[in-house]
Amino acid sequence: MNLANTSLRQLAQALQARQVSSRELAQAYLERIARLDSGLGAFITTDHERTLAQADAADARIASGTAGPLTGIPIAHKDIFCAQGWLTTCGSKMLSSFVSPYDAHVIEQFEVAGALILGKTNMDEFAMGSSNETSFYGQVKNPWDLTRVPGGSSGGSAAAVAARLAPAATATDTGGSIRQPAALCGISGIKPTYGLVSRYGMIAYASSLDQGGVVAPSADDLGLVLNTMVGFDARDSTSIERPREDYTALLDQPLKGLRIGLPREFFSGGVSADVERAIEAALQEYERLGATRVEISLPNTALSVPVYYVLAPAEASSNLSRFDGVRYGWRASRYTDLADMYERSRAEGFGPEVKRRILTGTYVLSRGYYDAYYLQAQRVRRLIVNDFKHAFTQCDVIMGPSTPTVAFGLGEKSSDPIQMYLSDIFTISVNLAGLPGLSIPAGFGEGGLPVGLQLIGDYFSEARLLNVAHRYQQVTDWHARVPALASA
Amino acid sequence: MALTENDLRRLARLARIRIEDDETGPLLAQMGGILGLIDQLQAVDTRGVEPLSHALELQQRLRQDTVTEIDRRAQFQAVAPQVEAGLYLVPKVIE
Repeated sequence: MNLANTSLRQLAQALQARQVSSRELAQAYLERIARLDSGLGAFITTDHERTLAQADAADARIASGTAGPLTGIPIAHKDIFCAQGWLTTCGSKMLSSFVSPYDAHVIEQFEVAGALILGKTNMDEFAMGSSNETSFYGQVKNPWDLTRVPGGSSGGSAAAVAARLAPAATATDTGGSIRQPAALCGISGIKPTYGLVSRYGMIAYASSLDQGGVVAPSADDLGLVLNTMVGFDARDSTSIERPREDYTALLDQPLKGLRIGLPREFFSGGVSADVERAIEAALQEYERLGATRVEISLPNTALSVPVYYVLAPAEASSNLSRFDGVRYGWRASRYTDLADMYERSRAEGFGPEVKRRILTGTYVLSRGYYDAYYLQAQRVRRLIVNDFKHAFTQCDVIMGPSTPTVAFGLGEKSSDPIQMYLSDIFTISVNLAGLPGLSIPAGFGEGGLPVGLQLIGDYFSEARLLNVAHRYQQVTDWHARVPALASA
Repeated sequence: MALTENDLRRLARLARIRIEDDETGPLLAQMGGILGLIDQLQAVDTRGVEPLSHALELQQRLRQDTVTEIDRRAQFQAVAPQVEAGLYLVPKVIE
């Protein structure tokens, strides 16, 4: 079996038909990781013993006829998800020795489904970054060009799937951290509606924006994984209780009559010519599939970046106050008193980007600035949500580029936080509104690097979004292209 | 409004993050850039707009007042930097 061009659905079928065992599959992926990941840095942790023990259990389940669709499938998990007995670092020195004593809800769901934990993937520290360069565990490299970034913060998950070191990986998205790396690595990635995936055991960054999701080669694969991942969980106070849904149910529906909203603000400069060309070609493909274009406006798009950089740091400064060197995490070796212990532990445990965001959040929440920054940002957030509500009265799905450019160079933006922040201009507003968003491969731009097409849907329209993505993937093969190193 | 070194030190104290002397220069410059970015919001007319804290504006759920947790102190304390007899150890705060 050639893992570089076998889809998750095909792997599942091969397992059910006993053409391959889960143990063989796990061994094959672990072998690929051992051989190819040293040049990528996509994984922080693998644990052959644990993975193979899960594989044996899955094989027994398949033999007994009680297997589900994901039983025996190895899935890589972003190192933001707590998994019992696994080192769970969140890309930080702060948690560099944290072996989680419990499972995230997401991990429990995969366990129940009989999927295997293939390993824990690299990420920007505490999910704060757009290039995977802020990780304590080192950069992740883009499998298409090792001098470029994979995107972030789910850079390890995206690079792992792009290099076919995993058939799918979990990821999280606070301002674009699933869609942007998926775009830059030439794979598909979905951030569901806020509240569909439980945040229990998913280490918090900005709780009103954080949402778990999946990266995989195709929309079909995303749907299969999402079916397991989505679910109500009372331990997350914002978890949404609704009937289970089959996210693959609508995949084959025709697109005739689909109204594609194109926000003027996504197409009015600021996008590089190669990305623009690829997006235009994708839109023409959609027209051939029977869709029509509608020009819409999301007038407050440009404000989404400043709104985000008030709200997310504010929430982060509160969430990350738990890392105090007392109950878990890094503790400084020398200190004079309790306050000094806190201050030194946090100074040593957090990297520069995390510190900048905590300090920014502390600033906007401090006396005298709260109204001017925090409340004002929340008001503008409402304007952004209203823009989307209005847009969805005119169209069924919104499309545009996922990112302004293809993958940028390692080190190119790491010294200038503002340039880095602005690279998320097209993805951030979706988190502020809590809407589902998807990025799918839509050709190649400068340097032979992948371009991502972003699809934004109304609340709870994941199945429809996956349908819109899937039909495109039936008539194109961008999602099936793999970087040269994946075929090695 | 430009951030001064005193402001930065005050923020760092509130955030319980120690800042070394050689870090203040670069941090002030970077924070200045970030505050410049978020200052764009001041120009937006939001009169009559209610702040939005959560996109889906959910109601908080209530639950029965019953015990749902089991005692897992030993596992939870296994990841703590310093414990003794089931207690977390910190530097003395009361003389």
